[in-house]
Amino acid sequence: MTKGFTQRHLLGMETLTREEITTILDLGERFLEIADRPIKKVPTLRGKTVINLFLEPSTRTRTSFEIAAKRLSADGVNFTASSSSTVKGETLIDTAMNLDAMNPDIVVIRHAQAGSALLLSQRIRAAIVNAGDGAHEHPTQALLDASTIRAHKKKIEGLTVVICGDIDHSRVARSNIFALRTLGARVRVAGPRSLLPVGVEDLGCEAFDRIEPALEGADVVMMLRIQLERKAGNRFPNTREYARYFGLNPRRLALAKPDAIVMHPGPMNRGVEIDPGVADGPRSVILEQVSRGVAIRMAVLYLLGGGSGEGME
Amino acid sequence: MPDILLRGGRVIDPMREFDAQADVLCKDGKIARIERGLAVPGAKVIEVKDRWVVPGLIDLHVHLREPGQEYKENIETGTAAAAAGGFSAVCCMPNTSPPNDTRAVTDLIVQRARDKGVVRVYPIGCITQGQKGETLADMGELQEAGCVAVSDDGHGVMNSEVMRRALEYARSFRMPLVQHCEDSALSAGGAMHEGMASTRFGIRAQPAAAESAMLARDLELVALTGGRYHMAHISCAESVRLIREAKRRGLPVTCEVTPHNLMLTDEACAGYDTSFRMNPPLRSASDQAALRAALADGTIDAIATDHAPHSPVEKEVEFEQAANGVIGLETALGLALELVEAGVLTPAGLVMRMSAGPARVLGLPGGSLAPGGPADVTVINPHAAWTCDPTRFHSKARNTPFAGRNMRGRAVLTVVGGTIVFSEESFVA
Repeated sequence: MTKGFTQRHLLGMETLTREEITTILDLGERFLEIADRPIKKVPTLRGKTVINLFLEPSTRTRTSFEIAAKRLSADGVNFTASSSSTVKGETLIDTAMNLDAMNPDIVVIRHAQAGSALLLSQRIRAAIVNAGDGAHEHPTQALLDASTIRAHKKKIEGLTVVICGDIDHSRVARSNIFALRTLGARVRVAGPRSLLPVGVEDLGCEAFDRIEPALEGADVVMMLRIQLERKAGNRFPNTREYARYFGLNPRRLALAKPDAIVMHPGPMNRGVEIDPGVADGPRSVILEQVSRGVAIRMAVLYLLGGGSGEGME
Repeated sequence: MPDILLRGGRVIDPMREFDAQADVLCKDGKIARIERGLAVPGAKVIEVKDRWVVPGLIDLHVHLREPGQEYKENIETGTAAAAAGGFSAVCCMPNTSPPNDTRAVTDLIVQRARDKGVVRVYPIGCITQGQKGETLADMGELQEAGCVAVSDDGHGVMNSEVMRRALEYARSFRMPLVQHCEDSALSAGGAMHEGMASTRFGIRAQPAAAESAMLARDLELVALTGGRYHMAHISCAESVRLIREAKRRGLPVTCEVTPHNLMLTDEACAGYDTSFRMNPPLRSASDQAALRAALADGTIDAIATDHAPHSPVEKEVEFEQAANGVIGLETALGLALELVEAGVLTPAGLVMRMSAGPARVLGLPGGSLAPGGPADVTVINPHAAWTCDPTRFHSKARNTPFAGRNMRGRAVLTVVGGTIVFSEESFVA
């Protein structure tokens, strides 16, 4: 069952091979079915402890991991803080060592600083799942996005995927660029020049400073939220102007292929980066992303937690 | 103090264009004679065959952390680290607590250096009160108390009018002004160099232009005022171009570079190891190449460590939360010798950049072995193989990016004013 996946942690997509990604996606497909069962639970991780260490505000990702752990019968514990641990006077390393002393099997970490998941993995015996570290990576989001794309397009290789918006502050963009490149897609990033990170082309994608040319012929359109909490607001005049020139509306979406799908990692700012007519339209797969998120996170927890396979068939 | 006779070494003194085997006699704290086959009855004879005998190394840029941050370093440990690294003199930056912006603080540093210092300590005072960039510090009194220059190191002087007046006022006292070039609006929040590496690692970054933009402004103010200007820790290719052009224009401008910016690039931040976090940050490979070329052709006047000791409290944290700075006193010479090995510097070029050049930049004594000058001498074994082990440092701090690096060549004897302040035990009986 775990053939093709030998990583001890899931820290990012940059270092995963195509085989490893495919193993997770395939397993995610199998877990998807559990959500439709009357009893949405399998005993595969019974007796395992999963700590959700969320040191940055998050609702959907934390809930998704929590449900994933529960459906695998793991014991989940939430450790949340409204801000970084150092604000409370404890360093992340001390937090890690305290958690380690409780001997958990898996620690899922969300933290505002790039590299924090790696730091944790160097200090703790448990398997680490990066649930977002600063502007660096958010691998399970990229995996659930890949799962959604594959379900709709039957493949990923050769597709043209456009990621639009606040690329600079986005860990979702980075993880998706790494994952989609590894899986053979053509990746375009688009947004105002002031939200494109320097040297992003060197990650293997094409960069556009207006979204119209990027959308032409696209199979997948992924919209990103403006991260105002990371001071993205001083990168453009205001959200009204942003929506006017960089928002995805039906007219712009018409530039993409007729069967293009529209994605968003959430939370959405309706009327800013995405027009409600598009968000709720027939080509939106945004809520399916959320459903697949649980299944993908079950697959990740299963692989890292050494699941038994019991109840899977 | 006994006379010291350093016998049979290769004496390298570029200020006098001297590079030959000779004996060096230190007498009464001064260089007395340099000749072949000296015999001096009563002198302590040290055989230094196959060693380089050079004027004592001078570090223009060191943080000794005293007063106020002695848990990181103090004058005693910092100067012991300097001696072990072959430095006979260091200039200490004013961002202490309180900052060295008044005579009382300079007096304290001078007093502590006299009581506990192992090598010469030249304080650098603040440009502005509290390093806030608003009101000029008491430069005249600072100089009278012993400051050799002024700097708000750690911060660039953002306000152009304040910078102009600082250059003018310091000029009245013939005080060089040492600028930390950083436009803090442009660099805000940047924990590493902005480029492909920062984009990959997702670390908030600052562009090289944060440095070069302030430098470009400063050079116009130097042209306006005629003030003596020294740029601290130059780190990018564009700054090199600007300094080169300024020197061609005849402006009174010098600059220094750190060993870490010469040896490492921004790719080293891949592991989020805070030992690679400093300001200015490690730059791109092309910046590094430009720095090396400028060091070789003399555009860069000095190698200075920016020795910045921190305790684990500041460094054992997430990369973006860590304090800026790395230590360098005990690794600088070994790294510079790598540059000699790599053909970037000649042996005489190394002595120029680590002794004569720094002395000239701030008008300090030393930098040469001229008879009659201070007997500040460093003896280097250019062949000694060693591995950088931070637990053996004399510094209180361990925050080096070079832990575990295999080096070749080190100081084996440091003499300050005719007194041996450091010697390898195996070397001097």
